[in-house]
Amino acid sequence: MSANTAVADKYRNNFLKEIEEQVEMGDWVKMCMQCGVCSGSCPTNFQSAWEHPPQELFMMIRAGKREEVLTSTSMWNCTSCYNCIVRCPRKLPITHIMHGIAEYAHRIGMAPKMQPTRFFSGLFWKNATHTGRVNELKLSMGLYFKDGFVQGIKNGMAMQSVALGLVKAGRLNVMELFGGHKCKDQKKIHAMLAKAYEIERTRKAAKMAG
Amino acid sequence: MTEHVATNETILVVGGGISGMTAALEAAETGKNVVLVEKNPALGGRTSQLYRYFPKLCHPICGLEINQRRLKGNPRVRLLTMAEVSGIEGSAGDYTATIKVRPRYVNENCTACGDCARAVETMVDDPFNYNLGQHKAAFLPNAMAYPQRYVLDPAIIGTPDADKAKAACKYGAIDLDMKEETIEVKAGAVIWATGWQPYDAAKIQPYGYGRFKNVITSVEFERLADIHGPTGGKILRPSDGKEAKNIAFIQCAGSRDENHLRHCSRICCMASLKQTHYVREKYPEDGKSTIYYIDIRAIDRFEDFYQKVQADPSVNFIKSKVAKITEDESGNPVCWGVNTEGYKRYTTPHDLVVLAVGMEPSVKGVNIPGHIVADSSGFIEADPANGAVFGAGCATNALDVNRAVQSATAAALRAIQVVNKVAKAEA
Repeated sequence: MSANTAVADKYRNNFLKEIEEQVEMGDWVKMCMQCGVCSGSCPTNFQSAWEHPPQELFMMIRAGKREEVLTSTSMWNCTSCYNCIVRCPRKLPITHIMHGIAEYAHRIGMAPKMQPTRFFSGLFWKNATHTGRVNELKLSMGLYFKDGFVQGIKNGMAMQSVALGLVKAGRLNVMELFGGHKCKDQKKIHAMLAKAYEIERTRKAAKMAG
Repeated sequence: MTEHVATNETILVVGGGISGMTAALEAAETGKNVVLVEKNPALGGRTSQLYRYFPKLCHPICGLEINQRRLKGNPRVRLLTMAEVSGIEGSAGDYTATIKVRPRYVNENCTACGDCARAVETMVDDPFNYNLGQHKAAFLPNAMAYPQRYVLDPAIIGTPDADKAKAACKYGAIDLDMKEETIEVKAGAVIWATGWQPYDAAKIQPYGYGRFKNVITSVEFERLADIHGPTGGKILRPSDGKEAKNIAFIQCAGSRDENHLRHCSRICCMASLKQTHYVREKYPEDGKSTIYYIDIRAIDRFEDFYQKVQADPSVNFIKSKVAKITEDESGNPVCWGVNTEGYKRYTTPHDLVVLAVGMEPSVKGVNIPGHIVADSSGFIEADPANGAVFGAGCATNALDVNRAVQSATAAALRAIQVVNKVAKAEA
């Protein structure tokens, strides 16, 4: 049984409860009074138009629209500007809830695979933890080639002048492509992370088992 | 009015709005002696500043006039205007209140003929109209002021204008030597009826009150609609005097908001529904109201009032708390937000935006002399720890006129019970 089917089975027809127990800050969702100030105040909302603004997501959670919420790209659009938290008349930590839902959808394998924010987050994490240092050249190239080789070349060409400018200013080292710089003790970083993963795994497994 | 000596059997009523007047009269009409203290130069409080009240849409002049007549005919109420309680000492059945009385510069000889106002040239802000207009520095607080007696603004004392007023008075009513007095009053029980104040709308930063002239508060809108108001009863917008026909009402401006007022102010939904009637009354052809709301709370038995407004094609309801207001190049306030019915974004210009501001208890943040238990919004709670200090009206909760009167009557009964006990003990 996959992680998804296990929890779906457990919380059959009670998606709100699932969110409350599994999502960080999820217990705040029931406090929403549907005033709409969060989405009205969202700087990304008016431009890139979320499919479901936060208060709609909260309503969908209460309505049990599990599939639609967890596979949505909406919460991945949050830029953590905190406008909604500041303005919410009920003081819901909306930003944190958005990240909480996104993380949960990712954890149980429901998150949209190629959503740029999600893709970038994964890329960044892998990049940074590999050597203990962020390799910016590899990171940006990874993002360029997200949608295939041809698109990657196109993206690279489009950003050419910026890249050259960075190289000239000493901000981008082409040699980073081969290995790149590292922290002093890569092994210890990996050991630390392994321990952290282990702690997280136990904690989340306990939560999922409930 | 007979001056009676206040004793431990006297009831002190603080605040002369609809609640304080009611409490004072109910107690006095059972035979108790009452001292009624009002901060302003006239009674009536915020009720007198309304154009009409719901649900019957009659003018508050009517209800207040009844109370004024009761007051005039009752020698047991001693009225102190321009007076504020600065301290209360003692315990139930034995209080001593310190009261500061500001000078009115006009004595009881005044016949309200208005000669002083005609003689004076200085203009000062008119707080009765929420400073939307100005009036002469010798003024009658409002058309139906009780007592019907003029007031001199302290700003002109010591200037030639004050002497002009004095010279113009045929009745020797102007006394420029009046000074602030501090008096002490004994009382067995105290009724605290200091009412409410509109929440400071400038604190709701995204709505631009104070930055955009055409964003006003609901209490200011009452004055615009009133024939005694700054525009003579025409709904004209402040920036350019243009007729405001397309008006937005924003509900919960401050209320039900942990960042502002925690409580629901209860009256604002009915107040805005009522104010849509003003728009239709003034502009029957092309007046248009838009109510932005979270949910409409037509308190008490007023659901039918709400349904009638809903059926009115000139009123549009949008289920959304407006996120922000901007101003376009012609000075129109523009409302931004998301309509939660359908989750559609809107950016809508209006002629005028009226913020249905919440009720903040006047006692909030003020150290009521003596110890008083208040709730998290600052409203006085009924608590044995308060001794014989009883809250009444909007000092205890967000109430409409009807419920404020009920609350005041209840407070009067509690106060009467205390002074009856005192009377029995002394007999």
